Amino acid sequence: MVSLASELRYTANTQLEHLHARYTGTGHADLSKYDWLTHQHRDTLSSIVGHPPLLSYVAIGDGESTGRVKFELTERMLQPCGPPPPKDED
Amino acid sequence: MHLYNLTLQHATAASHAIVGNFSGARQQEIIVSHGTRLELLRPDVQTGKIATVIATDVFGSIRSLAAFRLTGGNKDYAIVGSDSGRIIILDYDPKTSSFVKIHQETFGKSGARRIVPGQYLATDPRGRAVMIGAMEKAKLVYILNRDAAANLTISSPLEAHKNSAIIHHIVGVDVGFENPMFAALEVDYSESDQDPTGEAFMKTEKMLTYYELDLGLNHVVRKWSEPTDRRANLLVQVPGGQVAASDRFDGPSGVLICAEDHIIYRHMDSPQHRVPIPRRRNPVEDSNRGLIITAAVMHKMKGAFFFLLQSEEGDLYKVTIDHEDEEVKSLKIKYFDTVPVASSLGILKSGFLFVAAEFGNHHFYQFQKLGDDDEEPEVSSADFPSFGMADPSSPLRRAYFRPHPLDNLALADELESLNPVLDAKVMNLLPNSDTPQIFTINGRGARSTFRTLRHGLEVEETVSSELPGIPNAVWTTKVKEDDAFDSYIILSFVNGTLVLSIGENIEEVQDTGFLSSAPTLAVQQIGADALLQVHPHGIRHVLADRRVNEWRVPAGKTIVAATTNKRQVVVALSSAELVYFELDLDGQLNEYQDRKAMGSTVLALSIGEVPAGRQRTPYLAVGCEDQTVRVISLDPESTLETISLQALTAPPSAICIADMLDAGINKSQPTMFVNIGLQNGILLRTVLDPINGQLTDTRTRFLGTRPVKLIRVQVQGQPAILALSSRAWLNYTHQNMMHFTPLIFETLDYAWSFSAELCPEGLIGITSSVLRIFQIPRLGTKLKQDALQLSYTPRKFITHPTNQYFYVIESDHRVPGEDVVQTKVQELRTRNKTIDEEIFHLPPEQFGRPKAPAGTWASCIRIIDPIERRTVHRLALDNNEAAFSIAIVPFSARNNELHLVVGTAQETIVSPRSCKSGFLRLYQFTEDGAGLEFLHKTETDDVPLALLAFQGRLVAGVGKALRLYDVGKKKLLRKAENKTFSAAIVTLNTQGSRILVGDMQDSVAFAVYKAPENRLLVFADDNQPRWTTCATMVDYTTVAAADRFGNIFVNRLDVKVSDQVDDDPTGAGILHERGILMGAPHKTVLLTHFHVGDLITSIHKVAMIAGGREVLLYTGLHGTIGVLVPFVSKEDVDFISTLEQHMRTEQVSLIGRDHLAWRGYYVPVKAVVDGDLCEAFTRLPASKQSAIAIELDRTVGEVLKKLEQLRVTASGF
Repeated sequence: MVSLASELRYTANTQLEHLHARYTGTGHADLSKYDWLTHQHRDTLSSIVGHPPLLSYVAIGDGESTGRVKFELTERMLQPCGPPPPKDED
Repeated sequence: MHLYNLTLQHATAASHAIVGNFSGARQQEIIVSHGTRLELLRPDVQTGKIATVIATDVFGSIRSLAAFRLTGGNKDYAIVGSDSGRIIILDYDPKTSSFVKIHQETFGKSGARRIVPGQYLATDPRGRAVMIGAMEKAKLVYILNRDAAANLTISSPLEAHKNSAIIHHIVGVDVGFENPMFAALEVDYSESDQDPTGEAFMKTEKMLTYYELDLGLNHVVRKWSEPTDRRANLLVQVPGGQVAASDRFDGPSGVLICAEDHIIYRHMDSPQHRVPIPRRRNPVEDSNRGLIITAAVMHKMKGAFFFLLQSEEGDLYKVTIDHEDEEVKSLKIKYFDTVPVASSLGILKSGFLFVAAEFGNHHFYQFQKLGDDDEEPEVSSADFPSFGMADPSSPLRRAYFRPHPLDNLALADELESLNPVLDAKVMNLLPNSDTPQIFTINGRGARSTFRTLRHGLEVEETVSSELPGIPNAVWTTKVKEDDAFDSYIILSFVNGTLVLSIGENIEEVQDTGFLSSAPTLAVQQIGADALLQVHPHGIRHVLADRRVNEWRVPAGKTIVAATTNKRQVVVALSSAELVYFELDLDGQLNEYQDRKAMGSTVLALSIGEVPAGRQRTPYLAVGCEDQTVRVISLDPESTLETISLQALTAPPSAICIADMLDAGINKSQPTMFVNIGLQNGILLRTVLDPINGQLTDTRTRFLGTRPVKLIRVQVQGQPAILALSSRAWLNYTHQNMMHFTPLIFETLDYAWSFSAELCPEGLIGITSSVLRIFQIPRLGTKLKQDALQLSYTPRKFITHPTNQYFYVIESDHRVPGEDVVQTKVQELRTRNKTIDEEIFHLPPEQFGRPKAPAGTWASCIRIIDPIERRTVHRLALDNNEAAFSIAIVPFSARNNELHLVVGTAQETIVSPRSCKSGFLRLYQFTEDGAGLEFLHKTETDDVPLALLAFQGRLVAGVGKALRLYDVGKKKLLRKAENKTFSAAIVTLNTQGSRILVGDMQDSVAFAVYKAPENRLLVFADDNQPRWTTCATMVDYTTVAAADRFGNIFVNRLDVKVSDQVDDDPTGAGILHERGILMGAPHKTVLLTHFHVGDLITSIHKVAMIAGGREVLLYTGLHGTIGVLVPFVSKEDVDFISTLEQHMRTEQVSLIGRDHLAWRGYYVPVKAVVDGDLCEAFTRLPASKQSAIAIELDRTVGEVLKKLEQLRVTASGF
């Protein structure tokens, strides 16, 4: 029984690891608020760039060309929510 | 509720455009992606005009487009990157005139996701491989090749992923025939994500990475990666590789990196070159602002190449590279011309530039010169130390240029585009119109327009001349069969006939052999070189030598109707007899021995043209006073025998048989249509079965209030029918499909084809005593546009309840207001600085306005007369205020006098939304609404985005707060408030005491105003969050709204709840009810939901045809205009839904997107049938059509009729 359970845990973990490696942005139990938010923002920004009407909409609202908006949104994907919070020293 | 979605006009925005030889002919074509639609355009090199060859719905979102050609091939293919998670290779088949999907390879999930490729496409210049990239991490390389049978093959994908890398751009590097190489502009975020100090973020570098596809190992390797300018955004391919025949190099290879303010030439193991991007020196411009390149195109000519780069201001730069073999000597840049800001540029070998504009009309320019020997200053990398790379981190000294009007380019053609449509109104304002017009506000910045859209074809009048009397008919005729152009115009008056000859001038002639003392019934060029005139007392056959053979009507009778073609003549006598003549082989007109008695007065006759290679057309259609139409045989074996009979609802006024191609009915050959016009203005179109002569498949259409006249004409060398009633309609074949469209022209009494040297494809018509010669320049269009120029991006507009004026608010972000510009110029002048007047006074419609920092706005209020299409009054706003909302309010405190309220905000920042102060400006109307007088303004704490008149007061959505204002002497007075909204109120609608509030992020909520307690209470909302863009009330309990992601939906409130709320006098019940899901106590129910694929900016409940049913008309940002039509019966719903299901399996999306998934992109599609998909039924092959029809238990004709009926009864289109 023990061996079976550990093996299950083992395979489940590898699957999860595989998922995380393959699909950037997949969440997990220990995901921090910062990481989650950053992923959300990156997804949103790339979705705006990926949907032409939405990109035009943002460009019209902001008074910029679509090319500029696309560039600035892509730039913002680097760090959309500011630097990460300091790690706890424990 | 069940709705049928029908697109009246597809999106006209062009997100991508590619140039190539897609049909394999020598001529180059352009493929344009309109987001959800692919269009193939073919430019005419001689005239410089662009014509649409085909346009296909792809039922998915196209994100990237690239053309490629296999080595040694002569035909280009298109690769499409979309949101389908698949790579698609398309081929244009000129035989069937359609796009054919050659390859469809699945690589990931559907949807425009961050790590699923589709956003970027780069092809190897030799057509050996393609790279498809995502926004982050994923890049796949496919090898393209051809098999033994020369078919295009595609390999399985090779991964070139890089984790945690954000991709800015990818491009194929030209390396000749060495291993294919791709360059990517990437930023790695893994380190900055881990560093709380932010230092890593500051130090993050943008990397230019080369990926090499090793064809031998079938593997992709990261060949080279070097940091480059952090603000780089675009890569451009530089030609390279050796010409096979000689040792000469095509170019140095490598890439141009377009960064903010700089262009860098870069290649592996070779020195970099950097030049600044020249900029305009505008005195009021924000000089701290960087300038980026947003579109680029490279063009190779024999032994040379150049680049055209376009900045975000619209300026084109010509970039050239001086090189010796692979060594770059210098990189040079100079200003070329200014054109609208493009999403894509394309250069054609024939010397044209296609500018797919990001907003507004697309332009097609012809190169006049290449800017080689002009005075324009050129900046070269050789002028800078180390080719501009001495200190890569600091900017080079700025270069400047003076913009000039088009010099190197000349405008050849313009494709109208509504993109972006920001608001619309549907109403019937124009005189002499029985259908409503669509008024839209479009465009961005200084290229904004107000447009009037009318259903119909544009008519170009070339000649209009007054006649001595009022003719009742007009004809034109050639003299000989093989003449290219018409020689005579024949006008028939009540008591005579006038013959005019067409030459240098149009003048009267006498000796034509025509009888001038009697009116004419028909004119025909008959046989090889004879003419024929039918008049009430006989038929004159005028031979080539002017001899006249005359057939006279028996005494006491007259001819009442006649029809002719090249070999046959049929006349009806007043005694209800038919007389039939046929031309024999000697050119003699012979009467058939018998006359046919019809038993009822004949009102109309028609025979078709003689089919090619035949002696005669076998059928005659006769319309009689007894409300019947009979088909009579003209075949020698059964001459004048009645074959079939059709009963009508009114006496016929005209009949016209025409053989026209309608691919919906028969793809290979024309169908014989019998068109019957009735005296009550209805047109019946039936199909004449060529085998048994039966009339089948009757379709009806209401044309107007006058008896219908039908005339067979030639349009673009093909037969067409002009149907005249109180409006003129043209029934014609365009791109193999039948169209029936009104002409936007005065009422015509009669018309005919007209062909002369100057006007080979014209029409001639009479309106009372005026003779008009006109042409129809844009066949295939359904909406005629007329534009009025505006100054800034229009935001909203409203109509006045009593006069016909429109009130438009315009505001532009990052543009200095007019008062700011004036003060700044004054200040510069007082400081004795010289101002470059030329640059300062550049026309903004062409060059745009100078940019200012964020938070700077220019804005105005404009009064437009939509009928005259002119600006009546314009009022600029000062103090950096921008207008966001507008309403006309009859304040009951001021005896219901109408006031204009404009919601503005000062120093507004778009995201996150903030402002120094919001204002509600109150204006009084002067001069019957043609002027405005400012009364006072009221400060608000947030941006007022929505205003509405409500029970003699004003209700305003100010940020998150819903407020009720009444008018005061110096300010508007706040009466009630509700602050429970989550983001910002963007739409307001009202009926009775109910207010529907659309929240920017939280769908539409139902609120009520309870006057006794002065309470604004929200009693119902939606159970899903929605990013509302517009909403309209369908009825008291129902709302139709749209969101930012392209969905349109209808929500309904339970009637019981509605009654309960209305019965509660104080609203105490609602106040104390418990909210559900942290919202209002009641929820609306979703009735219908549909993903349009364009961002909907306005919805209107309106009847599109006089006396027709009300439909929901919507406009989309990218130029879509569509309607949602409610079904009237359950049978219709079942029938059309089943048809849609079959169509989903038959008509597979061209980009491999599942139709059901596309229409249910965010929320599963509910109770809406996609009419665009159903209408694709007409284009299916006949075998598939009949298979589907059998499944539906109908005939193909019945299905087609149902589809047409749905379109016509709902929209009239």
